[in-house]
Amino acid sequence: MGAQKKGGGGARVSEDAEEQSRQRLQAILLADSFATKFRPVTLERPKVLLPIVNVPMIDYTLAWLEYAGIEEVFVFCCAHSTQIIEYLEKSEWYSHPNLVVRTIESHKSISAGDALRYMYEQQTETSQIQGDFVLVSGDTVSNMPLADLIQEHRDRKKKDEKAIMTMVIKQSKSSSLTHQSRLGTDQLFIAVDPLTKQLLHYEEDKIDHPSGSVCLDKSLLESNPSVLVCNDMQDCYIDICSPEVLSLFEDNFDYQHLRRHFVKGVLVDDIMGYKIFTHEIHSSYAARIDNFRSYDTVSKDIIQRWTYPYVPDINFSGNRPLRLGRQGIYRACDAVLSRSADVGASSVIGYGTKIGDGDKILNSVIGNGCCIGSNVVIEGSYIWNNVTIEDGCEIRNAIVCDGVKIRAGAVLQPGVVLSFNVVVGRDFVVPAYSKVSLLQQPTTEDSDDELEYADSSSATADQLSGLNLQMESKASELGPDGAGYIWEVCEGAHDEEWKHSVAPIPEDKLAEITQAIDDDDTDDESVVPTSGELKSDADSINTDMNDPNDDYDYFEKEVEGTVLRAVEENIKVDLVTLEINGLRLSYNMESADCAGATFYSMMKLAVDTPHNSASELYKNAASIITKWKELLGFYVKKIDEQIEVIMKFEEMCQESPKELGPLFTQILHLLYDKDVLQEDAILRWAEEKAGADEADKVYLKQCDTFIQWLKEASEEEDEDDEDEEEDD
Amino acid sequence: MDFQVVILAGGFSSNLVPLVSKEVPKALLPVANRPVLSYVLDLLESNNLKDLIVVVEGEDAALKVGGWISAACVDRLHVEVAAVAENVGTAGALRAIAHHLTAKDILIVSGDIVSDIPPGAVAATHRRHDAAVTVMLCAQPVSGPSESGGSSGKDKTKKPACEDIVGLDSWKQFLLYIAKGTEIKKDTRVKKSILCAAGKMELRSDLMDSHIYAFKRSVLQEVLDQKPAFRSLKQDVLPYLVRTQLRSDVSSDQNNVEEIGNGKDNMQNNEVVLSQILSNASLPSFHQVYESGLDSRKTHKCCVYIADESKFFVRLNSIQAFMDVNRDVIGDANHLSGYSFSAHHNIVHPSAELGSKTTVGPHCMLGEGSQVGDKCSVKRSVIGRHCRIGSNVKIVNSVVMDHATIGDGCSIQGSVICSNAQLQERVTLRDCQVEAGYIVCAGGEHKGETFARK
Repeated sequence: MGAQKKGGGGARVSEDAEEQSRQRLQAILLADSFATKFRPVTLERPKVLLPIVNVPMIDYTLAWLEYAGIEEVFVFCCAHSTQIIEYLEKSEWYSHPNLVVRTIESHKSISAGDALRYMYEQQTETSQIQGDFVLVSGDTVSNMPLADLIQEHRDRKKKDEKAIMTMVIKQSKSSSLTHQSRLGTDQLFIAVDPLTKQLLHYEEDKIDHPSGSVCLDKSLLESNPSVLVCNDMQDCYIDICSPEVLSLFEDNFDYQHLRRHFVKGVLVDDIMGYKIFTHEIHSSYAARIDNFRSYDTVSKDIIQRWTYPYVPDINFSGNRPLRLGRQGIYRACDAVLSRSADVGASSVIGYGTKIGDGDKILNSVIGNGCCIGSNVVIEGSYIWNNVTIEDGCEIRNAIVCDGVKIRAGAVLQPGVVLSFNVVVGRDFVVPAYSKVSLLQQPTTEDSDDELEYADSSSATADQLSGLNLQMESKASELGPDGAGYIWEVCEGAHDEEWKHSVAPIPEDKLAEITQAIDDDDTDDESVVPTSGELKSDADSINTDMNDPNDDYDYFEKEVEGTVLRAVEENIKVDLVTLEINGLRLSYNMESADCAGATFYSMMKLAVDTPHNSASELYKNAASIITKWKELLGFYVKKIDEQIEVIMKFEEMCQESPKELGPLFTQILHLLYDKDVLQEDAILRWAEEKAGADEADKVYLKQCDTFIQWLKEASEEEDEDDEDEEEDD
Repeated sequence: MDFQVVILAGGFSSNLVPLVSKEVPKALLPVANRPVLSYVLDLLESNNLKDLIVVVEGEDAALKVGGWISAACVDRLHVEVAAVAENVGTAGALRAIAHHLTAKDILIVSGDIVSDIPPGAVAATHRRHDAAVTVMLCAQPVSGPSESGGSSGKDKTKKPACEDIVGLDSWKQFLLYIAKGTEIKKDTRVKKSILCAAGKMELRSDLMDSHIYAFKRSVLQEVLDQKPAFRSLKQDVLPYLVRTQLRSDVSSDQNNVEEIGNGKDNMQNNEVVLSQILSNASLPSFHQVYESGLDSRKTHKCCVYIADESKFFVRLNSIQAFMDVNRDVIGDANHLSGYSFSAHHNIVHPSAELGSKTTVGPHCMLGEGSQVGDKCSVKRSVIGRHCRIGSNVKIVNSVVMDHATIGDGCSIQGSVICSNAQLQERVTLRDCQVEAGYIVCAGGEHKGETFARK
């Protein structure tokens, strides 16, 4: 029987193999980066349609997929979907004999995770994805063959059910300091099993651990005798996925980012035991255009023909091929060059472009239909289509979008990005790293940097038309005869600007990087004590030190929310205590913490209630305390807890000395009157405080008379007690 | 060769009690009836390293070791024996004998090694790279010594090297990271700066530090002087050098940054001197690439020599290791013992007397002048010199040291009987250790016990 079973199994395997070989090779192309790195340009045009060396990015991706043997591509459109669909309809891709291009439109997706979840839902209806598929984004430039890789993935999958993804990585060009800054991405640290190539760890600098060291879980080393940790690899964002990947996204609705969430999630999750493998490519090219720096790098790679056959002199996607001259200069046949113009090596000049007298063009790409005046210097820049540059301009390391006008004598400093139809005024100097657009910077900048969806193309068009009218009357930020807004760099991103920009990294920044490394080192040094024995302890102390505070903050917030809701909705005290007790358990807090937090939220509520004078505030506080004293009473049964409340109150008063400060004694008295606090607690607090710094004693002094009164009262009471005792 | 060899022979190691005693310091523990130190000396001699300093903890122990050395090999080797205070750690021991060190490079060998890995190769690697330190790594033994890692050793440096985690560059030449597996609670932290400079790092947990190091003397002495808190070579000095290989000293680095502006003037600073010494080391490697990318960056190199997997390597640092090494030296690794084996794969000294119907199995050793009674069976065991063993005795997987007396009908399995110990009749021992001179009363049955006088 066993033999029979085996035979059956074998047959099924071979069937599977046949089935798989019959399967169409499919790919999902995300035509949205779900990021804002290319703003302001992407406000008006989707990223995948931005030209790189005069051809839209998506054409590179589609041409490569077609060449690599993919038969069906699902183009997932999100932002500016109509523009993408229109473009594809006009292009030859819709009628391509070997490649079926289908578009999927979804405006709700705000991340790659959402997109894949949407795909998954769609799939159940029409069953589009049948087997393993290639997942790329529409900004990938590559010429790597995929068939073997897909086969490798399938073979591995057959042996190991859990191998659901193969990730393409490539050795980045080595440079001692800037391994990865070549593409403007954050440093990537991955750990791979050198034999099986299984991915064991994935860590992006800055996002995960801004510290000076990479943390690998100990169990990794225990289960693998050898682990290769690489810093010199770049992630190509080309993944061969099994269908399980889609369902994983469906199951984990919080997965947004392909790497930060999905890959890390899979690596951490050992319940499902899914595995990700890597495939290193050596001879072929693959890179993703993630930001302006990689735009620059990939452009140069294309000009230098690393991406062959996707180079400007070959028609690979209906583009008009340029003629390749000596020194790697690509020129359209109808481009008009002045005799005195000096076009340096590795430059591209598009169709219908006129170059004036005495121009100097170095390492730059100039699109179609541009008109460049005389004595213009263009260096390391990307000029898109129909740009007019008047005489005597200087442009260095800039990106200039379609329809821009640069008036005579204007200067673009390194790192400038001019979005569509911007006009730079006469003799105006655009400062380094500025981003200029006709559209105003969205004021409600979401701190989440994942959003690009909000601007549907129609809205943009409306905005644009309205804007043009506005412009007329409004003084421009680009000189009197210019048009456009210089975007402000949002907080924090400023330091990053140089990193992602087209401009080369300035010298001082290089020095800074090194310095940063050193700083990290010194930090490290302090963590690692000299004697080996103490090492682990010190680490754990550090983490312990941080956690409780954080926890307490969260806890306090939660309690505050609970109390607020209780007051608003008039919930019964029992239920509120139940809820706070639940919080207490989940945050592992003491009863005293609850007392502090509850009191804090009550006072906060009082302060937040509108009031005009101190007396009104006192009234607010009094009414809240009266109403909710039971709740508070629940937690202040012990003296310690009551002291905690007083301390908390003092702290609050210190934080807002103007509002609560003057009321300290009054409210304390109130609390005493309402039997929330016992006199013992207040006196103990006073005793404890007596030894404190002068600065700390402000409130103690304030309520001096009250305490005196309490003392006397208690003495009397004591006497009474004694009397009573004597009586007994 | 301009190499000075320092053998750290330890003293009365606490985790080898009761095998070591006032009479027998660790270095003189017998392995196949030869002191363990003799294996190290032979190994060094075969590599033509003859200028040796043996460092022993404690005066008494030093006298004992010195006595043995002068008797055994004074004619062949130039050996100096230095006594240092007890419990100063390996770094402390080196600090104490610093004035003896004069050569350009120092080879430091642990005195408890039984191995056939050539230390000369470490020295050569060290010289080739002009490294600050070169570490010998060998394959982690699959079983045996590392299993006993759980046994708590008070002296940390003598603790069995269980699971070192080492990081190597892609050509397996440089040491980029080292940590003890036992010390890592949860995460292995690898420094990004070193990783960035090297590009790739292979973290291996199947290699272990073999406690054979070559140091540049100047570097070693500078570090020992500057960091008085460092106690152990392996746990303090070596990790420190590995950690700082891309910037020879924290403070010197900051100086460098300042000095770009105001010229180099505070040269009297010790750290600057250290970094200069260290910076002498440079071949084109990622260190140099790193250096060239920055101004005035000092680096030093930490190299590794990875021993061939077929080589034998054991450190005698636990009782289990003692049993294993005795078994291996007359068994699988018998080329180390220097004895010639009989046709039965055993060594029975011609002067030993065997009773009738007594069998001595393969992988056994019977020392000179020992007597074994009738109907005995000896399997996979080492029996020392002048032992008296009665009749009907069974000895399996055990070590019996010189002058031990074993009464009739005893059964000994997996145990160590130290010299002059006496077992009376019909004692059954299993996984026991009997201290030197101890008398075990007749008829007892013991398992996993240690017999020692209080």
